[in-house]
Amino acid sequence: MARVYIDKEDRIITIAAGTVRELLQKLKIPSNTVIVTRNDEIIIETEKLNQKDNLKIIYVVSGG
Amino acid sequence: MVCKHCLSKPVIYFPINSTQLCKSCFFRYLESKVKKTISKYKLIEPKDHIVVAISGGKDSLTTLSFINKIANKQRTIKITAVLIDEGISNYRSKTIVDAKKFCKKNKITLKVYSFKKEFGFTLDQMIIKLKMKPCTICGVLRRYLLNTKSQLLNANKLATGHNLEDESQSVIMNQFRNNVEISARMGPITGVIINKKFIRRIKPLYLCTEKEIGLFAFLNGFISGYHECPYAEQSYRQDVKDMLNNFDEKYPGTKYSIIQSFLEILPLLKNKYKSNIRLKYCISCGEPTSKEECQACQLIKKLK
Ligand code: SF4
Ligand SMILES: [Zn+2]
Ligand SMILES: [Zn+2]
Repeated sequence: MARVYIDKEDRIITIAAGTVRELLQKLKIPSNTVIVTRNDEIIIETEKLNQKDNLKIIYVVSGG
Repeated sequence: MVCKHCLSKPVIYFPINSTQLCKSCFFRYLESKVKKTISKYKLIEPKDHIVVAISGGKDSLTTLSFINKIANKQRTIKITAVLIDEGISNYRSKTIVDAKKFCKKNKITLKVYSFKKEFGFTLDQMIIKLKMKPCTICGVLRRYLLNTKSQLLNANKLATGHNLEDESQSVIMNQFRNNVEISARMGPITGVIINKKFIRRIKPLYLCTEKEIGLFAFLNGFISGYHECPYAEQSYRQDVKDMLNNFDEKYPGTKYSIIQSFLEILPLLKNKYKSNIRLKYCISCGEPTSKEECQACQLIKKLK
């Protein structure tokens, strides 16, 4: 299970996913609207995720 | 998975052709795309004085950083950053910090104009007083201030952070609502030089996606976190935006295609509606308008 912080919602969730793409699909977040980091380093959609990863989902679409 | 050019660790994946780029190749890619847009549409020319409208968000700071880089090389180009402080508590105060930090670091002149000082009220107060939609008041008065202040500063161009997403949303919205005439006034550069009252608007990020811009801003540390205007509502534009993002996710390149085909027909549209653009000047402030009195003056009167 990875720990994921979602900046737009300011909350942390735990979720199981094999890759970044899978993670975003599970959360129904289009990948063209966010960037994902692991230990503050950017990882792309095809990256494999490990158990106990600390991830951040950072929204790049803005309002206003 | 490695960068398609240099085998380094990638920071972005392009689903349209299943390739990825590392940080330095991505920077080069984005800069070259912006430069191509600027030269192809003649957005910037020697001796321009460009006002860059900034909000402190990723789009405007990225625009400013590219234009600043160009101005640092071509010394005849002058730039001034202008920030409109609408007076939105808990929001603008935060993005202003990022904007000021950026301008200070890059030694760019920054002018801040506020609704409160210019019109007597903050946007928060106007909403209560006028009982109108926040974005309507905000958009009209911000545009008014950007135009009049650009003239005051003797600028001949006004650069904004509009990107591929904003423009493709507008194209689709105008199609869906049968408003093509409005589309005729869009494009990477708008406005004609008739006199000083017409500041040409330029959009250097015209062909950049939000993801590219957001990533660029993130990697450069331009923004401090996620900030959203409390008044950003579930609007028609927001629905079109969500639809396009979901569609583009499923069929990569959709937004890009919308803009490419739009650019193909834009000259025809401009030609068709050329004669419809009758120029009038506001009876109260003298700014160009399509009515007797401009929308800004009508609003300002209601505030008194
Ligand atoms: S969301 Fe509306 S009120 Fe907020 S900054 Fe944008 S236009 Fe103004
Ligand atoms: Zn590379
Ligand atoms: Zn007026």
